[in-house]
Amino acid sequence: MSLFGLPGVRLKHRKNTANIKPEPIPVPKSVTIPMSMHIGAPAVPCVAVGDAVRVGQRIAEAGAGLSSPIYSGVSGTVKKIDEITVSTGAKMRAVVIECDGAQTPVEGLTPPEVHDRESFLAAIRESGIVGLGGAGFPTVVKLNVPEGRVDTVVVNGAECEPYITSDTRTMLDESELVAEGLALVMKYLSIPNAIFGIEKNKPQCIAEMKRATAEMSGVSVRALPSLYPQGGEKVLVYHTTGRVIGEGKLPLDAGVIVVNCTTLASIAKYLRTGMPLVEKCVTVDGSAVREPKNLIVPIGTAVRDVIDACGGFSETPKKILSGGPMMGVALVDLDAPVLKQTNAVLVFGEKEAMPPRETACIRCGKCMDLCPLGLSPAEMANSFSQGDDASLEKLKVHLCMECGCCSYICPAKRNLVQSHRLAKARLRTYQQKQKELKEQKEQKEGASRGE
Amino acid sequence: MENELLVVSPSPHIRSKNTTQRIMLDVILAMLPMLVASVVIFGFRALAVVAVCVVSCAFFEWGFEKICKRETTVGDLSAVVTGMLLAFNLPASIPLWQAVFGSLVAIVVVKQLFGGIGKNFANPAITARIVLLLSFAGSMSDFATKNDAISSATPLSGGEMPTVLSLFLGTHGGSLGETCALAILLGGAYLLLRRVISWHTPVVMLATVALLSFLLGESPVEQLLTGGLLLGAFFMATDYTTTPSTGWGKIVFGFGCGAITVLIRVFGSYPEGVSFAILFMNILTPYIEIWTRRRPLGGAKK
Repeated sequence: MSLFGLPGVRLKHRKNTANIKPEPIPVPKSVTIPMSMHIGAPAVPCVAVGDAVRVGQRIAEAGAGLSSPIYSGVSGTVKKIDEITVSTGAKMRAVVIECDGAQTPVEGLTPPEVHDRESFLAAIRESGIVGLGGAGFPTVVKLNVPEGRVDTVVVNGAECEPYITSDTRTMLDESELVAEGLALVMKYLSIPNAIFGIEKNKPQCIAEMKRATAEMSGVSVRALPSLYPQGGEKVLVYHTTGRVIGEGKLPLDAGVIVVNCTTLASIAKYLRTGMPLVEKCVTVDGSAVREPKNLIVPIGTAVRDVIDACGGFSETPKKILSGGPMMGVALVDLDAPVLKQTNAVLVFGEKEAMPPRETACIRCGKCMDLCPLGLSPAEMANSFSQGDDASLEKLKVHLCMECGCCSYICPAKRNLVQSHRLAKARLRTYQQKQKELKEQKEQKEGASRGE
Repeated sequence: MENELLVVSPSPHIRSKNTTQRIMLDVILAMLPMLVASVVIFGFRALAVVAVCVVSCAFFEWGFEKICKRETTVGDLSAVVTGMLLAFNLPASIPLWQAVFGSLVAIVVVKQLFGGIGKNFANPAITARIVLLLSFAGSMSDFATKNDAISSATPLSGGEMPTVLSLFLGTHGGSLGETCALAILLGGAYLLLRRVISWHTPVVMLATVALLSFLLGESPVEQLLTGGLLLGAFFMATDYTTTPSTGWGKIVFGFGCGAITVLIRVFGSYPEGVSFAILFMNILTPYIEIWTRRRPLGGAKK
């Protein structure tokens, strides 16, 4: 790869809220907590309609396999357990709680007893913590690595998406918790080294994390260029450790685990107090919000309440994003709840809302030059539209992380990422079919040999 | 306010300011020094040829798209770029109807019949120039500057070689845009600065010509400054649609163009080989692109 690191795009940072300390949102009237806020099986509600719940009380058990339990961030009464449609279009169950406003914590909340690797992992499993950078991968699964395979924890403090400053605030306001969470992970999983990866546009975070981890051995803080998508897992691992995560491999195959800084702070918080993950720091910004802010929001709070807490709209909202402008999801309505992994709510007016018109590809090659993973976006889009699945496989569309650099840079404004998303889904079907065909063929051959 | 429908579209939700139209505008701006130089060297007849080519290219693009009921793409300025480039490849004395015919070939035959912008496999201006050269050999090699009483040939075709300074300033016979090296280099530098083109193709193409002509006993300086080499290297061999888009692909392409140009000039029966070289490499472009595709980060070999 290039001497200068992986390519990427330079974006306007728009970290308008970097100096705004997070404040708790007024308790909403009700919250809607979806059962799928993580990758894996949905959680299973363990409360019934009419039950009284308190802050920190478990309302859903982890499902089978890859999953995570869910806790209430408010006190009140379970009003209904209903099916809702979330912003991705998926339908899932959600627990709706009417808040009493008292925010009474659950009784008998005590820090978990942790003295070795097993009890540490058990505690993380109970905490309901998932990857808070946005992916929502259950943290316990990520941390449950075979002993001796991993030598470095890469702490993701890149926060490369424009606008979002919730990780920035965590590193500034809770640097001790981040360092403590890291120390716990390193101690119980016997990992000797850790590297913080923070973009250069956050010098105060770099200084603060250096200060907070000065006493820790094996920990370094790396200032990375402000080049999107610095916080993408493969990109971050390459730029902090120089290691490449191979196709179909996990970070642990390269001897690393990647943990978001806010996830670390949540781990430390849980081990200190026993209070599970029930609230989230969310950046509220964008051209159509009156007072951009960082808010601490109970999980399940409707986006409407979050925006109201920022003085409402400054102009007619035309597009509302959950997440950043490069990878965030456009919401259908204001009832969408804040999830565990939501780090921003962005509100835009007419001017920024409409996607530009697509024109013909002029083969300028910018998408190829700037793809951090070295893919060929324009060719992948061609193969997709021509229905050429074999070519999609050869072009390795399945490696695409949907960072959005190709669509961003395209002078013809082509919706390349969307094409890759659809292509990835189609490729999975194709590969499945190929596998079945191969198996059938082998069976036939086996049978004819047997004759 | 609450009842307003929200826009739901796939990410990313922000886009760069760069557009096809802006890129084409940059190419047009980069060609302005050549336009000025051609008027200074060849007189106002040069301006007439450029105007005719630009207007007829834009008209044919609009007309063809109207007939086919396709969306009009004249606004992206690519037809204007083609028109200017075609004019710069023609002698000032060309009959204007031949310039119109060239525009028809460039836009309709080479570009639109293959699907319009981004779909053509050959460079429209170069192919049109070759068609004109083969059809109207006489008027296509009638090179005269406004100071010449009689027609003079391009230096490459065996006439007396002008001084290096004259070659650099372009005060000698040739096609409209190809004689003034200074103007081409100014435009090329602008395109490089604006990152419309990358260094790979022009640098490799020019280096190949210099080296190969030196090895074959020709003067590298004269070979670099004569004919359509500079114009081709900066403005035609860098065309997005008809050349490879990978870095290594551009290097292979530049090398091929340079090598074929020298071989035609030294051993071929035509005095000039840049257009043929670029057209030939245009045809190889899809293969070069497949051979030079980047390997994805961490991508397994098989």
